[in-house]
Amino acid sequence: MKVAVVGAGPAGVRAVEQLVRAGLEPTWLEESPDGGGRIYQRPPAGFRRGYRAIYGADAGRARRLHATLEALKPRCDWRPDTLVWNIRTRERLLDTQTAGRRRDTLAYDALILCTGAMDRILPIPGWTLPGVTTLGGAQIALKAQGVGIGARPVFIGTGPLLVLAALQYAKAGAPPALVLDTTSFLTKAMAAAGLLWNLPTFLRGLRYTAALRMKGVAVAEDATPIAIEGEGKVMALRWRDSGWREHVTPCDAVAMGWGLKPEAQLADLAGVPFRFDATGHNWLPERDAAGRTPVPGVYLAGDGAGIGGAEVAELAGARAALALLEDHALPADLALRAHLDGRLRTEARFRAALERAFPYPAHLARRMEDATLLCRCEAITAGELRAVARYGGSEANRAKALSRVGMGRCQGRVCGPPAAEVLAAALGVPVEQVGRLRGQPPVKPIPLPGAA
Amino acid sequence: MLTRLLDQNRRPLTFVVDEEEITAKQGDTLLTAMLAAGLGHVRHSEFGDGDRAGFCWMGACQDCWVIVEGRGTSRACTTLVEPGMRVLRR
Amino acid sequence: MRRADVLIVGGGGAGCSAALFLARRGVRVTLLERGLVGSQATGVNYGGVRQQGRDPAGIPLAIKSRALWSRLPELIGTDAEFDPCGHLKLARSEADEAELLRWNRVAAEYGLVTQMIGRNAIREAHPYFGDQVVAGSLLAEDGSANPRLLSPALARAARDAGAEILEHHAVSAAAHDGSDFVIEAAGATFAAPWLLNCAGYWGGTLSEKFGEPVPIAPLHPNMLVTEPLPYFLRHSLGVVGGGIYMRQIARGNVIFGGGRGSAVKDPSRTRPSAEAALGSMEAATALVPRLAGAMVIRSWSGTDGTFADGFPVLGPSRTTPGLIHAFGFCGEGFQLGPGVGQVLSELVMDGRTDVPLEAFDIGRFARQDTGGMASTARQEEGETA
Repeated sequence: MKVAVVGAGPAGVRAVEQLVRAGLEPTWLEESPDGGGRIYQRPPAGFRRGYRAIYGADAGRARRLHATLEALKPRCDWRPDTLVWNIRTRERLLDTQTAGRRRDTLAYDALILCTGAMDRILPIPGWTLPGVTTLGGAQIALKAQGVGIGARPVFIGTGPLLVLAALQYAKAGAPPALVLDTTSFLTKAMAAAGLLWNLPTFLRGLRYTAALRMKGVAVAEDATPIAIEGEGKVMALRWRDSGWREHVTPCDAVAMGWGLKPEAQLADLAGVPFRFDATGHNWLPERDAAGRTPVPGVYLAGDGAGIGGAEVAELAGARAALALLEDHALPADLALRAHLDGRLRTEARFRAALERAFPYPAHLARRMEDATLLCRCEAITAGELRAVARYGGSEANRAKALSRVGMGRCQGRVCGPPAAEVLAAALGVPVEQVGRLRGQPPVKPIPLPGAA
Repeated sequence: MLTRLLDQNRRPLTFVVDEEEITAKQGDTLLTAMLAAGLGHVRHSEFGDGDRAGFCWMGACQDCWVIVEGRGTSRACTTLVEPGMRVLRR
Repeated sequence: MRRADVLIVGGGGAGCSAALFLARRGVRVTLLERGLVGSQATGVNYGGVRQQGRDPAGIPLAIKSRALWSRLPELIGTDAEFDPCGHLKLARSEADEAELLRWNRVAAEYGLVTQMIGRNAIREAHPYFGDQVVAGSLLAEDGSANPRLLSPALARAARDAGAEILEHHAVSAAAHDGSDFVIEAAGATFAAPWLLNCAGYWGGTLSEKFGEPVPIAPLHPNMLVTEPLPYFLRHSLGVVGGGIYMRQIARGNVIFGGGRGSAVKDPSRTRPSAEAALGSMEAATALVPRLAGAMVIRSWSGTDGTFADGFPVLGPSRTTPGLIHAFGFCGEGFQLGPGVGQVLSELVMDGRTDVPLEAFDIGRFARQDTGGMASTARQEEGETA
């Protein structure tokens, strides 16, 4: 049986591990030159820092995951630096591109997609300036390159990653000028009971915030970013505190992120239906608790299937592989299955509480100023999107067709969620009613052939 | 501005951006090397709204494309710099 | 029961344009669209506003429609990004060149002005063409437009003129009760003495309900677009024999196509074909080598209807008075949309139009054994508008 696994982050590693254990030799495709995913991304050759320095409290997990990754590579058809840019579901074929150029197709009988996630964004004036990154980007810069996005950055957004990334910068010698959390303390406190489903993680979060304040970093909750100021580079963040007072905080970089959204474009091309998850405020590909989708032969695991974090991704990866084995009458570890199901159930409760504790500030997206650049690929403003809402842009894809929002190189990965809010507000409908941008091949740009 | 903070005691190497020789370190991505050298940006928006210097650092936002001679259009955040590489911004 | 003077089924370019022209003449029009206006053939095609290369039987209609393209701003308040950039059709062999000359002579009889560009001149004027290009013929008043904008803009103007445009109204039943057409859609019943079948590929289903089955087949264009590139490509390009067509918009993106996509389950849901995309990408760089390395950022497909002879069905029904067909434009309908709508309005209001429609008569399928109808050469040329 030909099994393909896309992605070598935590979910992909644990999926392949179970497949290999069952005697299969899957083809393993990873877009990056190296596996590990984003949370456990390794620096390239030449860096010397140890696990403790890079991954902190996650050092043990990172070390174990990397060890498994290395042990598995020789036991499967390992294809790094390989982008899957299209799926032909009917023929069960993947269209791939290796090293940015070489194209190939790969036949599969079963497929596990572990495609990860990216930051969810809220465009504000100045967000396309050099020096503005996602929170995930700021973390990768530090972790995998040893650089800070600035010497005096500002972190804005909400969620566990906000405080963690800020603390990592403070420790690395680039103390944030401000951590701006759009969520109020009250919102977080109200979700605290649910957060007890994962007590260690919850406590870790509290500890990070305390540590940040101990280091003298200003943390503003229930605050609103207004604009990133500067000409050709970041000079300051203009923002408003919970008491509606305006501030200007000088800084040389800004990282932003409001939780994560699945990178589910391949699931979309595979024909997996999507549903709107009101708790996480994300469109999610449909799957059962084990990762089976309604499309025969297609399984999903990790953040690409629904945001759960790296720890959950490991569990979900293994669980999806077991489901695949069972569905194909291959021996699966039943004790492990029971263990994983129990853990995943608990983690799902924790995740739901987490999403409630750190909501996407849809209200801010909805009242985005007309002049704000919404789609950074095509340079389209919120006002231009609102204009087409009045002229037949009744749904996300139609609004894209009329306004070009989401039509550029990233295909709406970045602007999709805030654009949906702007459109829904303009139409006066709930956000799920405007739908989601459909994926189109290639999921990422591919070059025309011939000498460059 | 991008700041080298940790683990920067790596072998230096040189490459070229728009005819200008740039010093980088082994293991730098093009994005890191170009911004750490003070170039400020890696591309211009085609629509006249200013310079760009990437955004997501993970190959998702598609906002850091540069041209590498002999290799073609490449994402600066996912391409490791190599000695003698010739890069064009656009 | 909701009454109108004219019912239109299908909200593509033809249907929306008919709604506009009829509403402007004071007619009560209701248009029923199964999805959103301009979702299929009119909305997903290449965007060629091209008279060049058409069969002589269709040239007068194309000329009539071309006149409307220049008037779009006054008619519908937008130009739908219409750019009279010229259509340059390229020859890659002497036989191709002879074919261009042959068509140019025919076109001249209709008053279409073409300019033949020879081997040396084409290198000089367009140094970016590959070696395979040996000559070209320019029809300067042809051009291109944004297919996503046309139908919504026509529909908006039609609505402003008093037409009722109903989206998400797929026809579930259609009949003639002796005096009126009675159509059911989205749980409502509509009646009118006139029915215009502008339903694209689905027009075949509707004509069959009135005893006129047609050998229509779905046609799924396969389109791609690059990232924005420095502007260099002045004309919309086609080649003799078809297979690749290409244009660059002012924003810089190069839009090109060739080959076919496919339907997922039913023709309302389509997807582009990776194989066709890769083929078009090879063909694109062979034609314009400087595109090598440019990034393709998106591809798409959709559904048109096509007939073996390359002609649409356009004209009165042979079975049912009051029914007029306009569907199955074989990948060449985008340019024709505005003109077809005007023709339909004339057939309803004046009982006649000034362009010949004989070749498009639905009766042609009953007259002949449809097995191997001619002109496959024209078919493969089909540039999806």
